[in-house]
Amino acid sequence: MMKNNETLILAVIVFFSLVTYFLVEPFAHKVLHKHVDSKDFVYDGTDDIAQVQNTITKLESDKTDQEKIQKDEEKETLRQKNILESIVSAKSKLEMKKTFFADLKRISSLKGNATKGKDLYVSCTGCHYDGAEAMGGVFPPTLKNAGLIYDKNYLIGIIKDPAIISNVDHKFDEMVLHPMDSVKYMVSTDEDIANVVAYILETAPKAESLTPKIAYENACGRCHALKYENWTQLGTKPIFKHKKDELAYDIKVLEYEDAIKVYMGKLPPDLSMYTRSRSQDFLRTFIENPQNHLAGTAMPRTGVTADTAEKVLEHLKDAGDTKRHEREEIAIYVMIYIVIFAIFAFLWKKQVWRDLH
Amino acid sequence: MANFKKATSIKDWLNQRLAIEKVEKVMGSEYWIPKNINFLWAMGMVLVITFAMLLVSGIFLLMYYQPNVDLAFDSVNYTIMREVDFGWLWRHVHGVAASVVFLIIYIHMFTGIYYGSYKKGREMIWISGMLLFVAFSAEAFSGYMLPWGQMSYWAGMVITNLFAGGSLHADGFVEWIRGDYVPAQAFLGRFFMLHVLLIPLAITGLIGLHFAALRIPHVNNQDGEEIDFDAESKKYLAGDKAGSKVMRFANDFMSKDMMVVGVYLVFFFYLVFFNYSFAMDPVNFDPADGLKTPAHIYPEWYFLWSYEILRPFSVDLGLILFAFAQVIFVLLPFLDRSPNAIAANRRGPMFMIWFWLMLSNMIVLTAMGKLPPEGIYSSIGFVSAIVFVAQWLALPFITSFEKKV
Amino acid sequence: MENNSRRGFMGKAFGAVAAVGAIGSLVAMKKSWDPLPSVKAAGFTTLDMSVYEEGKMVTEKWRGKPIFVLKKSLQLMKEEETNPEAQARNIKIGSDNFMLAIGLCTHLGCIPAFRDDKNDFLCACHGGQFSASGLVTKVPPPRGLDIPPFRIDGNMLVLGEQGPEWKKMKENGVTL
Repeated sequence: MMKNNETLILAVIVFFSLVTYFLVEPFAHKVLHKHVDSKDFVYDGTDDIAQVQNTITKLESDKTDQEKIQKDEEKETLRQKNILESIVSAKSKLEMKKTFFADLKRISSLKGNATKGKDLYVSCTGCHYDGAEAMGGVFPPTLKNAGLIYDKNYLIGIIKDPAIISNVDHKFDEMVLHPMDSVKYMVSTDEDIANVVAYILETAPKAESLTPKIAYENACGRCHALKYENWTQLGTKPIFKHKKDELAYDIKVLEYEDAIKVYMGKLPPDLSMYTRSRSQDFLRTFIENPQNHLAGTAMPRTGVTADTAEKVLEHLKDAGDTKRHEREEIAIYVMIYIVIFAIFAFLWKKQVWRDLH
Repeated sequence: MANFKKATSIKDWLNQRLAIEKVEKVMGSEYWIPKNINFLWAMGMVLVITFAMLLVSGIFLLMYYQPNVDLAFDSVNYTIMREVDFGWLWRHVHGVAASVVFLIIYIHMFTGIYYGSYKKGREMIWISGMLLFVAFSAEAFSGYMLPWGQMSYWAGMVITNLFAGGSLHADGFVEWIRGDYVPAQAFLGRFFMLHVLLIPLAITGLIGLHFAALRIPHVNNQDGEEIDFDAESKKYLAGDKAGSKVMRFANDFMSKDMMVVGVYLVFFFYLVFFNYSFAMDPVNFDPADGLKTPAHIYPEWYFLWSYEILRPFSVDLGLILFAFAQVIFVLLPFLDRSPNAIAANRRGPMFMIWFWLMLSNMIVLTAMGKLPPEGIYSSIGFVSAIVFVAQWLALPFITSFEKKV
Repeated sequence: MENNSRRGFMGKAFGAVAAVGAIGSLVAMKKSWDPLPSVKAAGFTTLDMSVYEEGKMVTEKWRGKPIFVLKKSLQLMKEEETNPEAQARNIKIGSDNFMLAIGLCTHLGCIPAFRDDKNDFLCACHGGQFSASGLVTKVPPPRGLDIPPFRIDGNMLVLGEQGPEWKKMKENGVTL
């Protein structure tokens, strides 16, 4: 009779199951999804400059890429010409970004004067106030929490050149301007910028007051609805007594969404289930620099601090994985119970089989 | 006319009407199981328990699920996950069980192949088992449609497109299956019906057939030994429990089944609570959008090997080989020409190699099925698919050379 | 004996009658599974091509997808004379020429917008551009806008039916 080698059989099954699991889960995900390293929410332009540099490298290699070379001589000449033009414009963009981030570094090292900044700050509140009109499709946020939510470098950058710091300069040129472009002329010297930023930072509320909800509303909520938290781009949807009022509100939301569509190309998605449809790592690096994952996307960088980003992720979990705390708590009890169940089953088996051998 | 007497107890009352003692003997205490088996023989019970969990969790999901293209996604992700108390538990149990059930089915299947449990009167056990596999596949696919996420929609689109038959361009047939030009309300409604009624009904019937098919040939044992069940059971009933080669199903074998089930449930609930995302693809948490194709479309892991057989070839050849892969396992009892009904490791090197190669190659196919069909992955998948087909074509030849052991 | 075979015959006859009923109900079942008339009606969109204004892009809808219709100007036709790829996509109805395409970017399925001033399409998602006849003028899109199956019926255009003009386009690889 064959030896009853159950341990070996179990080992074989566990081995093959784990190999399969490894191949279809961790390994496949590594191949399917690009890995992006976080820069710890430091907006010093490393990413932005590397991105343009990559474009240049790619264009250079395209020039001699055998697969892309056209047989037709005329077409090939045209292709080469296009590539050369693209390289020239990419190189000038590279220089522009290098200068921009060097300026940023310089301004960042200045010690701003908040009192002086206060006077200049008035030019911000011309557009940024509670109940502000949408500009270019989106509401300018109130700057009440700005010093808390946004990174200092980002605040400097958005005054210096909103399109470049948001990393959406590909969308804009001399003809199409960033909705906030005029700030460049209102607050233009290094000292002025440093002073305004100093004022914003100094008047920022205490860190404890930043809830996940506030973080989401400021950083994402003006473009992205969050249906499961009853959030529209206009704010939390109120409860209406009359159907007519509700419809009127819905129409206002639709009109706002239409305006964003024009600005962004399409409606930014509702983020209710994003905590489950994207990995936490993806969300984190996406918030840090959307171009990392979606090259060419119309979404601007939000410029939030690492802490704000975590708060945003927390809010997304509240929306899409609401019962996670309950799940984690119950998990322990169920596991303890199941182990006890298995022990009793084992003891029963032992007793029954005593007579069988 | 039966003779009914005044009952002495509730049990007696029931016994006169339902013969419960006899039923208990037939199903349990005098249903004889060979002793020389290992824990792999408990996979049947593990499957029963998993199916029961699917049924129970499914019933609770059914109460709040809305089979409507506008409501389905929110009814699952909002109503069930956020509002229904413990709704999240039912959903995670259902999702994980639907995936794990295939792991156990594959273990069960390969156990059958390894020990030759499809031969010598056990052909119907194998065939009914393979029919169950098909029914479970249909059940899994139809269930995958219901949350109406991006993967539901696009898997529905891609899989129903297969029925166009490649160059046959049977678009009308595809539209008939869908009830629309694209997956839409009619599609969701009918797959809902299939998932909650027709296919579970078929599965229940097939489980009955699978059990019935075990009755006459009895369950196999790990030595392929032909046991005289009458003589051995008499020995057991006469008191020589240790000397008999057989044991009762209940409680002897059942106690071991339960021990295995206990270990299995520890693993199962670990997955439910701590590692459920392998069974619930992230992409399906984006609502269905017919205007936007996801970057990668792939089926759940248990379909990957057959999907990969479809992929590396031209449309028509791919479909033919795909169809081949679907039916070929059913024919195993007739393709294996060997006179031996014993474990693979005692049947000589040829079948032994065949078995381990088949298992490993199917894992390779599974892995390649998920990866993008480019470069080296595409080449490996191509070779693997050819090896798969070649192995099945070779099986009758290598087994007919096998000597009787 | 005779009785027996008669009984056997009647059994078979009964079986045959039952089979007729079963087949009848199968027909009913098959038909219940068919696409509904409302679904089918929505699958074919008839466009009256005489109502479009020259140079003005209109978005229609067909089977849940946006459909771009643009009546081409004479100037545009002249520009395309040297461009056989653009000419191959042209749809001639009476004396008018049209651009017809499924309005989804062939890159990732966003809906490109028509720019009146530049007479072309721009996809705001990834910056892809298409000419007025639907050809790619700036990547990433891998191919020109797809052309939905159509049949020309006088002044009308029926979307969803495969007319000879469309079949020719498909054969020549003009569209998928």
